[in-house]
Amino acid sequence: MRYVDEFRDPELINKTAAEIRRLADPRRHYRLMEVCGGHTHAIYRFGLKDVLPENIDLIHGPGCPVCVLPMGRIDDGLSMASDSNVIFTAFGDMMRVPGRQGSPLEHKARGMDVRIVYSPADALKIAKANPDRHVMFFAIGFETTAPSTALTLMRAKEQGIRNFSVFCNHVTIIPAIRAILDSPDMRLDGFIGPGHVSTVIGCRPYEWIAKNEWKPIVVSGFEPLDILQSIVMLLRQLQKGESIVENQYKRVVPWEGNHAALRAMTQVFELRPYFEWRGLGFISQSALRINQAYAEWDAEVRFQIPGLRVTDPKAAQCGEVLKGVLKPAQCKLFGKECTPEYPIGALMVSSEGSCAAFYNYEHRKTSALISLGTTA
Amino acid sequence: MAHGAGGKASRRLIEGLFVPLLCESSLGPLGDAAHIQIDGTRIAVTADSFVVKPLSFPGGSIGELAVNGTVNDLAVSGARAQAIVVTFVLEAGLPTEILEAEVRAMGEAARHAGVVIAGGDTKVVEHGKADAMYITTAGFGCPIPGVTIDPGTVRTGDKILLSGPVGDHGITILLARGELDLEADLRSDTRSVFPFVDALQRAAATGIRWMRDPTRGGVATSLNELARDSRKGIVIFEDDIPVRDTVRGACELLGLDPLHIANEGQFLAVLAPEFAEAGLQAIREVPGGSEACIIGEIQDKPAGSVLAMTRYGASRIVDMLVGDPLPRIC
Repeated sequence: MRYVDEFRDPELINKTAAEIRRLADPRRHYRLMEVCGGHTHAIYRFGLKDVLPENIDLIHGPGCPVCVLPMGRIDDGLSMASDSNVIFTAFGDMMRVPGRQGSPLEHKARGMDVRIVYSPADALKIAKANPDRHVMFFAIGFETTAPSTALTLMRAKEQGIRNFSVFCNHVTIIPAIRAILDSPDMRLDGFIGPGHVSTVIGCRPYEWIAKNEWKPIVVSGFEPLDILQSIVMLLRQLQKGESIVENQYKRVVPWEGNHAALRAMTQVFELRPYFEWRGLGFISQSALRINQAYAEWDAEVRFQIPGLRVTDPKAAQCGEVLKGVLKPAQCKLFGKECTPEYPIGALMVSSEGSCAAFYNYEHRKTSALISLGTTA
Repeated sequence: MAHGAGGKASRRLIEGLFVPLLCESSLGPLGDAAHIQIDGTRIAVTADSFVVKPLSFPGGSIGELAVNGTVNDLAVSGARAQAIVVTFVLEAGLPTEILEAEVRAMGEAARHAGVVIAGGDTKVVEHGKADAMYITTAGFGCPIPGVTIDPGTVRTGDKILLSGPVGDHGITILLARGELDLEADLRSDTRSVFPFVDALQRAAATGIRWMRDPTRGGVATSLNELARDSRKGIVIFEDDIPVRDTVRGACELLGLDPLHIANEGQFLAVLAPEFAEAGLQAIREVPGGSEACIIGEIQDKPAGSVLAMTRYGASRIVDMLVGDPLPRIC
């Protein structure tokens, strides 16, 4: 399969891994954060930790939109759909995320009209096909998915489709990275920068990280070779004592971003003064809401929502794991009370969350590798 | 809903509720069909139900699936299907031509598989109380002499054989629902796997330790069940598992793992190592079996788990599916 197989080529992967081993100074310990949940998932799915030297630690960042969404927002979204005239639509990612009374899938099993869509445009199509019902799209994601929500809202307005609204939970990546860097217990050597977000925002918004915080950052693709190559680029910078923004994912990410997508976002959204992130708390100017011109399609304007804050159980150490202070398995609840089937903490709910990825792909593995050394 | 998806929750429901309340004595590991003795004659029995949506899809339909699914449950328990009884639960208002088409599909599949539809029952429920049509079946078969399927007999070093590419059925259904706006030239793999079982028992009867048709929950779930029942570790070589490009492409796009996707005409077997090559050749000679391959082997560790290895020496745990596979976007 083109654009996939060449980035999973065993020979190239082995060569790149050898280059990483050559570059990594054995006297140093490297802590590199992959910001994006897609990278976390890929690192575990492709077992990349197995090919890295032990002194390179990959710290999983906050870039999993489902994981950082507070439970209260899920309850708010589901409360709108308790009206039987409302069709609740969301990406598949959202379907198993628990609210206080269960996840959207559990609500569906109890009779709520919950539908999985692959794009907000599909939700708009459902609205057109069901003019007597109201279709609410539960929008989540960083700058990756925000433009498609914006374009859908623009289309709804142009076409005068009024039985459609968006519950906007879009967040922005830069304030989250800033919150991580501001955290006193954080010690990082560099960043594997988010690939899909950068397709929209470009590479320039990361320059302050390299210049002011002196942390090299390499915007990376999602295939095994992409990630390993980004680590090579980071190690080269660290070896030379440099700190710049580099773009490994040039085949997709333009340095200046996607102007049309950014324009659409500006037309439809405005910054919220502050927004709560699960595990990180309130971060100022870190999320988007629908602006006045599109208020008619804003679910938060059209519906009464409870707007209650729901705190995570105290025993869950999501914040520490999210900031990379703790590894998933070091949390007291990991694999015991908190599993992908019955997630308690935020990072266990999405397959991109570091706890779920660790649980699904890595947990129970250590003992296996010892025996494989003799048999594989 | 997850309790019906064939993964962890289904297993918990069966082991936590059905087995303790319904089975007086320990029946041993939970297989796809039970082998029982009546007046000294051994027969294999199975029951299955079919609730697929849409009713028909490229490569098959619910009627034909009901026959093949039942035949396959018997086949992988080491039995040749002889007779099936069928119950239809119909939603009032179902067009008769749809019903007729499914009954025809069922008859044709039964003739093809060499099995008799021996009886049945029909119930009609009010409109809105069922989704068009549900089919339940009971299947009866003759155990094949000399073939014993028992995860307890699985040994370290045994080889795992797979009959062909995975994920065709599940992805076909996902696309046929039309909710994803994706199109691909893909057909369900629904078919009887008995010819594979038959060929294997001729070539390697005493070497067969375990068989399964990896339906809901996919290859990952079947192998996890084997790992648990045998208390062995299962190591598969990810690059050796055949997956069509269309299925891989859809899985990459949707964030799904082909190992979790349902199949309706594939077949997994564990063979003693000395029988592996003969077994593989026998399967490859069966029409539709040319892509069969050895995908891994049984190890001591990780006991109770499935580990996938890549060609560049990395590994990951392959877990059972939790609930239904859901497409991912961000």
